[in-house]
Amino acid sequence: MNLAAVVRRNIEAVVIGASAGGIQALSEILPALAPDATVAVFVVIHLPRDRPSLLVEVFSRRCALRVREAEDKEPVMAGTVYFAPANYHLLLEEGPHLALSADDLVHHARPAIDVLFESAAEVYRERLLGIILTGANEDGADGLAAVHDAGGMTVVQEPQSAYSSLMVLSALARRSPDLVLPLGGIAELLRSLN
Amino acid sequence: MDAEIDPSSAAAARRFDIEFQLLIDAIYHLYHYDFRNYAQASLRRRLKTAVGRFHCETVSQLQDRLMREPQVFPALLDHLTVQVSEMFRDPSYYRSLREHVVPLLRTYPSLKVWVAGCSAGEEAYSLAILLREEGLLPRTLIYATDINPHTLQRAEAGIYPIDRIAGFTLNHRDSGATSSLSDYYTAAYGWAIFDKALKDHIVFSDHSLATDSVFAEVQMVSCRNVLIYFNQDLQDRALGLFRDSLCRNGFLGIGSKESLRFSSQADAFEILVRADRIYRKIAAI
Repeated sequence: MNLAAVVRRNIEAVVIGASAGGIQALSEILPALAPDATVAVFVVIHLPRDRPSLLVEVFSRRCALRVREAEDKEPVMAGTVYFAPANYHLLLEEGPHLALSADDLVHHARPAIDVLFESAAEVYRERLLGIILTGANEDGADGLAAVHDAGGMTVVQEPQSAYSSLMVLSALARRSPDLVLPLGGIAELLRSLN
Repeated sequence: MDAEIDPSSAAAARRFDIEFQLLIDAIYHLYHYDFRNYAQASLRRRLKTAVGRFHCETVSQLQDRLMREPQVFPALLDHLTVQVSEMFRDPSYYRSLREHVVPLLRTYPSLKVWVAGCSAGEEAYSLAILLREEGLLPRTLIYATDINPHTLQRAEAGIYPIDRIAGFTLNHRDSGATSSLSDYYTAAYGWAIFDKALKDHIVFSDHSLATDSVFAEVQMVSCRNVLIYFNQDLQDRALGLFRDSLCRNGFLGIGSKESLRFSSQADAFEILVRADRIYRKIAAI
């Protein structure tokens, strides 16, 4: 699949999962989103659970799109980047709207990438793009498989370019993704989204 | 190669939707627990993991067991509802209670506090300890309610694995504690059992925010990380119960990422401490 094929697909939402090295990786790809993009982007990054996340402040300055921390029951707005809050799982509900849960840790993580990806796959199905980035955890492999199985598009960061490759290798072992790209390629892909 | 939409996956998703609805209906009709207005995404996730845990291949098989084997429902109820919380979860919530709510609670000759959705009791014991430290416990009755009788038994026992105590102790310290958490429990054989002196002020009771009504007038409701499991209609119902239970100017505390913003009951409350989601009931006009 090339970029032109991606643009032809009607991607409405993007889910991104990252762990160790994730903030740096996100800094290289999220600013590529066009200021007039209408996709909604949902991000889970593993962070310490006992303190509030500063991701919104960090990425508001770098992104052209609106950046928010996800709130429970909030209707999804087009052209918005949502971060999962510390110590809550982020899920998508029909509507679509956002949902949070304080359910058990998944792969020692809350928020967990699998929880976001699996629920988003049910809501957006073939209109979803799932991206797994760097991390030292197996979270995300099941989630990306769910995105694939629902007909969504899947992208995995090239393992050699990942700060920590366990997460991308786990995802690659589970399902063969549509694209394996370095961060520059993922940025190009995000730039091409409407 | 362009990924095509797999028709078998779409069919499987539709089948799961139907099985999911049927199971929720079966639980309601057979056991009178109403999950029909729970938030779907997390409940669906729990149900998917339940299928494997109960050694079934499909939700329909699980439904068959649920309807014919009496021991399955209590175990499934645990799986669908049990929440692992912490004592003094989000210490700043408890600090704000001390600072902004306790001074007003002192003005009442007797106090009733409702912990709605108390799960294994962590929040109820936290509030009891806080009120004890503030000198208010002797005149306080805490109603701790939950829909799950098995969880209520655990809450009433007040016994927690000792390896959770270190986290509870840190949270308690950060909550503005004036005593040591170890003053309130006895440790033995890998467990910590909380004091009877706390339990004497807590009534554990079966109550459903989905199907039951108001049972007492209270000065404060604490209901943290429960509303996120409800859809908007059920959330509105629960908040209506809280409004009707609270005395004039009574207090409501919810989870740090919950909000009244999207609720039809939003006008019944005003914000007291925004960061810690503490509200006050607005006097009826």
